[in-house]
Amino acid sequence: MHRLYALQQQFLHISPESMQQVASEFNLPVSQVASVVAFYSFFYTQPCGRFHILFSNCTSCGYLAGEQNLMLMLCQQLQVTSGKTRNDGLISIDETSCIGMCDQGSSLLINGLPITRLNVDKITQIAQRITNEIPLTDWPAKWFEIQDTVRQRSLLLTEQFVPGSALQKALIQGADETLSAILQSGLCGRGGAGFNTGKKWQLCREASGDAHYVVCNADEGEPGTFKDRFLLRDQADALFEGMALCAFVIGAKKGFVYLRGEYRYLLPHLHIVLNQRRQQGLLGQHILGHANFHFDIEIVVGAGAYICGEESALIESLEGKPGIPRIRPPFPVTHGYLGQPTVINNVETLIAAAHIAVHGSAWFKSAGTEKSTGSKILSISGDCQSPGIYEYPFGVNIQQVLDDCHAHNVQAVQIGGPAGNLIGAADFNRTISFEDISTGGSFLIFGSQCNLLAIHRNFAHFFAHESCGFCTPCRVGTQLLKNNLDKIAEGRGTAYDIEALKQLSHLIQHQSHCGLGHTAANHILDSLQHFPQTFEANLQQHFSAQFDLDQALENARQVTHRDDAAAHLD
Amino acid sequence: MPENPNTITIDGQEIPFSVGQTIMDAALAAKVYIPHLCHFPGLPPSGNCRLCVVEIGKRSVAACITPAAAGQEIRNNTPELNGTRKAITQMLFVEGNHICPSCEKTGNCKLQAMGYYLGMLEDHFPQFYQRREMDASHAEILLDRGRCILCDLCVRASRDVDGKNVFAIAGRGTDAHLIVNSPSGKLADSTITVTDLAANICPVGAILIKEQGYQVPIGQRIYDQHTIREIGLQENIAKKNDD
Repeated sequence: MHRLYALQQQFLHISPESMQQVASEFNLPVSQVASVVAFYSFFYTQPCGRFHILFSNCTSCGYLAGEQNLMLMLCQQLQVTSGKTRNDGLISIDETSCIGMCDQGSSLLINGLPITRLNVDKITQIAQRITNEIPLTDWPAKWFEIQDTVRQRSLLLTEQFVPGSALQKALIQGADETLSAILQSGLCGRGGAGFNTGKKWQLCREASGDAHYVVCNADEGEPGTFKDRFLLRDQADALFEGMALCAFVIGAKKGFVYLRGEYRYLLPHLHIVLNQRRQQGLLGQHILGHANFHFDIEIVVGAGAYICGEESALIESLEGKPGIPRIRPPFPVTHGYLGQPTVINNVETLIAAAHIAVHGSAWFKSAGTEKSTGSKILSISGDCQSPGIYEYPFGVNIQQVLDDCHAHNVQAVQIGGPAGNLIGAADFNRTISFEDISTGGSFLIFGSQCNLLAIHRNFAHFFAHESCGFCTPCRVGTQLLKNNLDKIAEGRGTAYDIEALKQLSHLIQHQSHCGLGHTAANHILDSLQHFPQTFEANLQQHFSAQFDLDQALENARQVTHRDDAAAHLD
Repeated sequence: MPENPNTITIDGQEIPFSVGQTIMDAALAAKVYIPHLCHFPGLPPSGNCRLCVVEIGKRSVAACITPAAAGQEIRNNTPELNGTRKAITQMLFVEGNHICPSCEKTGNCKLQAMGYYLGMLEDHFPQFYQRREMDASHAEILLDRGRCILCDLCVRASRDVDGKNVFAIAGRGTDAHLIVNSPSGKLADSTITVTDLAANICPVGAILIKEQGYQVPIGQRIYDQHTIREIGLQENIAKKNDD
């Protein structure tokens, strides 16, 4: 992946010759290299522009989040079609899945760097700078700054983490004690699935293998989630310490941070922290002078694939392959990276582990509920006055969260991102916890003015785009869902389509290979239950063709060079 | 729970298994048919077509990749599951360009045979009409991606049996497509030969041996005479005899 990224940077695309070169360098079949290039959104087989812009298409940080279609505006100003590089090679513009800037307004990535808080004026200024070929380094530095706003702090965000403090304590206590503290704390995975962290470490520690690995899942791809962006910036030390702690417990010498490609801009900062830690004796050989404790961390950057947040797909990607989820079992704790025992934890989980090592399990259990100990960091965005980072003890009820972020006239909340739960006012007394509504952190608020059908359509397009294509139900099914919602949104749906939507959703949910498929239709099923009018309001009374009949004649019109009234249906 | 520790039940029928066998292996060995397209005895399983999904309690699992475990009570041949299998078969039909009457694989095609077996009378879903590249470069082998169902059998056959790695699947979602391991990406420049398993294993008409299309008349072809169930069970026996 490093090598392909370098080639992409150098030549603005990856040509067949480049693929051949990489194949011979790594002694791989060229087809394997080609399949990797084709899998990831940020690798291109046709040259991108010297300025390459990707607009987020998320419902919170997307180009349609405001009143205006900002992407279309920039395309018009620069006379470029989205998805096609301009003939002079100066500029290319396209859209991409959520880039994790949901609390920052409409956002884009330009040559990998985020520009947030887009508006009409800024788009015009961007267009001018590109036309004048002003290098990015001479653009206003303020544009590239991201202001993180922490609005609510609980356990993790109130404590100041002292680098080395967790490791010192662990080295004195020993690995067994450290593990039992994690076990006693009841810490469960913060990515959403909620597997017991101590148990995971224990299973991995007990698994035999030539080497053990720690992997941090920083592929925060769920639209609406941005808490890892903040944590990687603000708590990198605690994160790396959590990884070293895990390495100490399971006996790993090597760790990886799998950083989503959208956050590549954080790389310099993370490298600085890693180097500091090496100088402080907190990474590398003989950590804190301990004779047998050697551990170091490498950062591997993804290239635009939501599916790589699934742990076995992430490992495939780490190994330089397309991110297609593996057959499980065996699970990564026994057969992970290079087939060796591997712990994969979320950024927030590893930070929590570091804090638990310092403050003890009782401290951690002082917050939360019996089954969900500790706190959860939420990424709140959408229709509210105060989007940002909120940390709550588990068990907080949703109405309180809505009050705290000043969200009024709320129609619905999508918790856990498009793959999570969509709930309405009747459920606002429910709680955020593993036993009630679980979330990886995404908390999207939709006000009363919001068109939910448009939201569903956005989500359906997202899943169809991000499906890895491995299994039939997800590959074909997400595409069918997307087409079906498009049809309803365009006013051509009938009562039959609602039934089709329901059946298709169930099929995808039950028959798919991995979590992406299992959850891809959740938002539709939730809405059919709680907001049936979303779909029904737009229906036709009588039969309507699946496709637009007039549009279907377009090919024939082009071939015959006709566009007169008789060449159209109505 | 059955008394014998090394048995599972499928639709109430008790079936023995040995450790390491998948549900599919155990079922086929006991002549119990679980519909499948991407599984072939002797090749490592993949689990991509999802036709073999069965139910254990509330869980839905793919039989070809799920290890058999003592006491599993499995539902397989139920109207609900077969209905779902029909829908998945229909999905495969609309995703590609499967025009049976003009395809020389007709009668020997597993997708078509699966459609018949499951009582599929129409496509149900709207067609995708995808444009997929044809590769006629090889003198003896034709590759028509329009008919590919991405079952991965040729990929595994070439890699694990032929030892050649001629094929791979590239791209995401419905952009997923078969690619060829050669500098030009063309089949003619690859190491594939007409006797390779990879050239012969395609369940549909995506990889065809040229100049053989109509040697066996329509009406006398495999699935003109047998159901896919019968052949599916025989394939397993043939494999056993090889061992």
